[in-house]
Amino acid sequence: MLEPLTAPLGKLGHLTLNAIARLGGISRFLLAIMLNSGQCLLRFSLVIREVYFAGVLSLIIIIVSGLFVGMVLGLQGYNTLERFGSADALGAMVALSLLRELGPVLAALLFASRSGSAMTAEIGLMKATEQLDAMSVMAVNPIARVVAPRFWAGIISMPILAALFNVMGIFGGYLVGVVMIGLDEGTYWSQMRNSVDLHSDVVNGLIKSLVFGIAVTLIAVYEGYEATPTAAGVSSATTQTVVTSALVILALDFILTAFMF
Amino acid sequence: MPSDFFIELRDVSFAYGERPVLQNINLRIPRGQLVAIMGGSGSGKTTLLRLISGQFRPQHGEVIVDGHDVAKMTNAQLFAHRRRMGMLFQFGALFTDLSVFDNVAFPIREHTRLPENLVRDLVIMKLNAVGLRGTQDLMPAQLSGGMARRVALARAIALDPALMLYDEPFTGLDPISLGVIALLIKKLNDALGTSAVMVTHDVHKSLDIVDHVYFVANGKIIADGTPDQVRAEPSPWVHQFVMGEADGPVHFAYPVESTLAHDLNIPQGGAHA
Repeated sequence: MLEPLTAPLGKLGHLTLNAIARLGGISRFLLAIMLNSGQCLLRFSLVIREVYFAGVLSLIIIIVSGLFVGMVLGLQGYNTLERFGSADALGAMVALSLLRELGPVLAALLFASRSGSAMTAEIGLMKATEQLDAMSVMAVNPIARVVAPRFWAGIISMPILAALFNVMGIFGGYLVGVVMIGLDEGTYWSQMRNSVDLHSDVVNGLIKSLVFGIAVTLIAVYEGYEATPTAAGVSSATTQTVVTSALVILALDFILTAFMF
Repeated sequence: MPSDFFIELRDVSFAYGERPVLQNINLRIPRGQLVAIMGGSGSGKTTLLRLISGQFRPQHGEVIVDGHDVAKMTNAQLFAHRRRMGMLFQFGALFTDLSVFDNVAFPIREHTRLPENLVRDLVIMKLNAVGLRGTQDLMPAQLSGGMARRVALARAIALDPALMLYDEPFTGLDPISLGVIALLIKKLNDALGTSAVMVTHDVHKSLDIVDHVYFVANGKIIADGTPDQVRAEPSPWVHQFVMGEADGPVHFAYPVESTLAHDLNIPQGGAHA
């Protein structure tokens, strides 16, 4: 009789328990990665190889996206600032919005969809085709050999990619503001220099992208490692990586911004 | 004094959650012999192999490999156990991002500190042993199913294991590749003197090469013997299995409570009314 009332409650409870169990699982996985990182940090070539796949191969999308985001910022920023007669502040506006928010967040979203999903799919398929089992039967720990190098590669790549995204964005703003619209070049750069603070803007932005890098890569390797070893399982794990990463990036960004600025 | 048996399973039971897979299994594999475990799909034979490799631990009983109980090993002991063991997976399980050379070199590089020129010589020798010298620069995607299985075999024997485990080594191979793999398994086993367990449902090819056969059905060992004994075995189940008959002690139809007429909504006795 009470079922219409209790069923939604039960469902909520179930969802909450699931979420807590997942959080527990992912924390234990992080601990396992930490305990098994020694080998890949000693044999650093394993990490370098993954930096190539996760980082270097993401360069094109990061460079192009950064450039276009900067160009759009230049256009929109100029239109808005000009109404208040402060078009000179374009350089400062472009740099601050990129360094503090757009650079870390957009680069992390792009990284999650390009490299995070690839990591999940690769590890998931290795599991589905018994490659992880084969490794473990050869007395090689798959967390040490497959997961840990990818995890560290993600952490190393993310801040560098975000920094590159910022540089390209600032250059994009320069192209639109100075080259296209004809603002004074000296003003663009000097306004930027005057208003950007190394610690509160540049370093905080890098800290953000480091945190995003940890979160995205951890989600990606966890989803891949825990994927159901079938085609459908790997596909849903890949989707899960992109969706969870995006939500976690935005939530973490809010929290970090609240503490930093 | 080491026992004559390389592997001994004593009263082993294993369940996935609530579902029992193996019940009170007793099995002994003498040193240096090639032993087959046969049974239908889902009979628990792959689980048996995974108990020996230590990928699963039994809920009950002992899995003794070379005098040590696998079920009681710590992780470090388990990894030491696995270093002396080679396993050929059902579809090879080659690392798809590594070349043939790097696949075979993988266990050597992970577990030894040999200089690269020695690793190279070892890899070439192992590939030569499976008849695939010259393929070392290919990627796994460029190999046929049979060749991939042979590369996987070369990788499994890279460290000259004392124990070889074969998980359905003949699945999905054409008759020629199947014959090649069977010949290689037999030759390598004789040459290296390893003890080997092969899980399979390919009856005829296996009976040609193994020393002893165990039959598993519904989680229990129901018969065993040498190939000659098995061929002459009167047990109806083994007869059905060896002859590949569709119906017998193992029924053709899935066991259901309802009748076909009921499932098709045909009124009972309608045809006579």
